[in-house]
Amino acid sequence: MYSEKVMEHFANPRNVGEIENADGIGEVGNAKCGDIMRMYLKIDDNRITDVKFKTFGCGAAVATSSMATELIKGKTLDEALSLTNKAVIEALDGLPPVKVHCSVLAEEAVKAAIKDYYDKNGIENDLDASSCSSCCGSCGAESEK
Amino acid sequence: MEKRFVYADNAATTRVRPEVLARMLPYFTEVYGNPSGLYSVSRDAAVELDRARAKIAGLLNCEAREIYFTSGGSESDNAAIAGIARKRGRGHIITSKIEHHAVLNTVKALEKEGFSATYVDVDENGIIKLDELKKAIRDDTILITVMYANNEIGTIQPIKEIGELARAHKIPFHTDAVQAAGHLNIDVRAENIDMLSLSAHKFGGPKGCGVLYVRRGVNPRPLIYGGGQESGRRAGTENLASIVGMAEALELSLSGLEQKNARVTEMRDRLIDGILKIPYTRLNGDRTRRLPGNVNVSVEYIEGESLILLLDLNGICASSGSACTTGSLDPSHVLLALGLSHEVAHGSLRLTINDETTDDDIDYILDTLPRVVDRLRAMSPVWERRPE
Repeated sequence: MYSEKVMEHFANPRNVGEIENADGIGEVGNAKCGDIMRMYLKIDDNRITDVKFKTFGCGAAVATSSMATELIKGKTLDEALSLTNKAVIEALDGLPPVKVHCSVLAEEAVKAAIKDYYDKNGIENDLDASSCSSCCGSCGAESEK
Repeated sequence: MEKRFVYADNAATTRVRPEVLARMLPYFTEVYGNPSGLYSVSRDAAVELDRARAKIAGLLNCEAREIYFTSGGSESDNAAIAGIARKRGRGHIITSKIEHHAVLNTVKALEKEGFSATYVDVDENGIIKLDELKKAIRDDTILITVMYANNEIGTIQPIKEIGELARAHKIPFHTDAVQAAGHLNIDVRAENIDMLSLSAHKFGGPKGCGVLYVRRGVNPRPLIYGGGQESGRRAGTENLASIVGMAEALELSLSGLEQKNARVTEMRDRLIDGILKIPYTRLNGDRTRRLPGNVNVSVEYIEGESLILLLDLNGICASSGSACTTGSLDPSHVLLALGLSHEVAHGSLRLTINDETTDDDIDYILDTLPRVVDRLRAMSPVWERRPE
């Protein structure tokens, strides 16, 4: 059901861990739904110089987190903000339809971490940090918000 | 420890026993006649069909004419439940909250057709609440259907008591015994069972073959219409090779069952005790009233599917009741019925062993699992938030 690339990223995830004194930290998802992603960014001169992640979730959640970190490392913040879940899926040679929401979470984790950096530094932005924007509502998290 | 291949998902399906396969093969190329035919190759087939029926009847303690061959557990469940419902036309069905989907979704479909249903709760160990079951009985109750043993957590239900209750109220009682058949001694007479489903591939037989036992006098409407096979109750040319294999597999499974179960239970308990040494784990289901080969634990702060994938990379085949593995967005309805939170249900792990499992397999699982759990917890953002 998973592509070889997904399995390879699941078996050997890139950039796992934390960054001490990270410039931006974003966390999306919730344990009730079964996936949480937290992303740490080191930012120098509007460029992502280092990125790490921690994920609680299925194989696709781990693989999309890993791929998203690879895709934004070394990129400018604007470039990272233009990362779409579709790009993550393509880079992984596809995802099963029920796992597409994992790629959305990965995209949102990147945005949440950048928003955290902007907010901390008083940089105006209109980024939406709400998680599970693709939420199906089945886990009941919607009503808890 | 050297990497091995350990198959620990026998509740999903089992390896066909080599003796069973050998017994089946002549019915593909030699005794291939349609049992309904009049010539010798068909008569030979019909004789074997009768033999298999008589053998299975003997093992369940019923009459041969009470055994109907089907395509497996799901068909048997559908045929029993929808068959009674359609015969009665209207009424109320009682079942439990932890049934297999073959039962649950059949009852739900019947609700859409105008039948009513009660889904009786289970206690925290997964045993049906008999007092609630008793209270659920109404004047218009037409069927009680409760599984013999649960496919996820292995709990064994008080079938005889439920059967007594049903009989006292003159309500037909069906049990889905797909996980129990071949693993426990079943006596349909002594246990007051009116209808019972079983499936060959759960005890070393082939896939796509099962039985519906229907006690004489209970007459569910057929599910499949056509020719007059199975006394007009189930049309379609009989799957003879598989039926012969199923009878052989059931006999093999039940011979020396006590000794086999003692050994499997010992391995199961060693597995449970070993896994529970990992911090933040819990056993799901009753500790003793459970199938000899079933282990179901929740490993907190990790998600089940990634646990299964990582075990697979280490050669271990297991399953989980997490949302990601149920193919839906909710974790297992069985684990939720025990009162587990979504979070804990997502981290469930089911290992199902049988008499082909070895002590070395158990050692290997107990050596591998803690490392796999550590690795996933190390990358889990919720692990660091655990209460001290």
